[in-house]
Amino acid sequence: MPQAKTTFNGQQFIDALPHCKALGMVPRHFGPGTAEIEMPYNTRLIGDPDTGVIHGGAVSALMDTCGGAAALSHPDAGLSTATLDLRIDYMRPAKPGDAIVAKAECYHMTRSVAFVRAVALDSDTDRPVATATGAFTVSGRPLS
Amino acid sequence: MNKPTIQKPEPVQVIKQRRDHALEQLVGGVPYIQFLGIKFERRGDELTAILPFQDMLIGNPALPALHGGATAAFMETAAIIELSWAMLWDQMEAGDELAAKPAFPKTIDFTVDYLRSGLPRDAYARARVNRSGRRYASVHVEAWQDNRSRLFAQATGHFLMPPRDG
Repeated sequence: MPQAKTTFNGQQFIDALPHCKALGMVPRHFGPGTAEIEMPYNTRLIGDPDTGVIHGGAVSALMDTCGGAAALSHPDAGLSTATLDLRIDYMRPAKPGDAIVAKAECYHMTRSVAFVRAVALDSDTDRPVATATGAFTVSGRPLS
Repeated sequence: MNKPTIQKPEPVQVIKQRRDHALEQLVGGVPYIQFLGIKFERRGDELTAILPFQDMLIGNPALPALHGGATAAFMETAAIIELSWAMLWDQMEAGDELAAKPAFPKTIDFTVDYLRSGLPRDAYARARVNRSGRRYASVHVEAWQDNRSRLFAQATGHFLMPPRDG
């Protein structure tokens, strides 16, 4: 029976990544193969000065980070991961002033690839801001 | 109606100033472009996006490697600016007054294909508009570092065009 990994520490994971710190990401919750990370609203991340809406690129970075965290928190995960591909669908602009929360789930894992899906939400949690699907590498996996 | 008048070509400085000013209007007002430190170089109508390396772009400190999210954001920015630039070009060259803040296309979806890890050094990107209709556009982006032929990422995205007059 796969044991839930206790070695994955979300706070340490974020703290070690300079780009995530620069974007102000805050780890919220991690489970076996799941991750939840928040990115507070910040005027430096605005992509459209007319509306104050956060740039899609910042949402991409949040989704990518959260996807990677979900891949690493999976019970069969390796020690490190890298994004192979990531597709993001932007459903609507995030509400200016709102934090964006990404929730990711590693829904399938092979010896070498982690398949992940993620969703980004603002305060209106019934209507996602964006969704993403991605494939991540699995490397440094302990031999069983 | 074409009158057979002979027009002198515009002085080169006038052309350069007009084009550089239009590009600056597009890029200068976006906080996130400043945050990432993205610059654009122009040769005629060809744009190259440049992401000068900074420590805060790192996503894997062990290698070290650029964060995939920073790469994605860089490429999405290159795509949006290229698309806006292409949209603006004819109007600009006709000498029409450009809006102070042109409306940007909105990203519908964006897919990044990571080919190799991004090294801790400057990155470059060029976007190509493969299809641009009244409402939708499809754009492809290539990103490289040391060698133009060794891409470290490529991306493709669909965009919703801003409403235009007429």
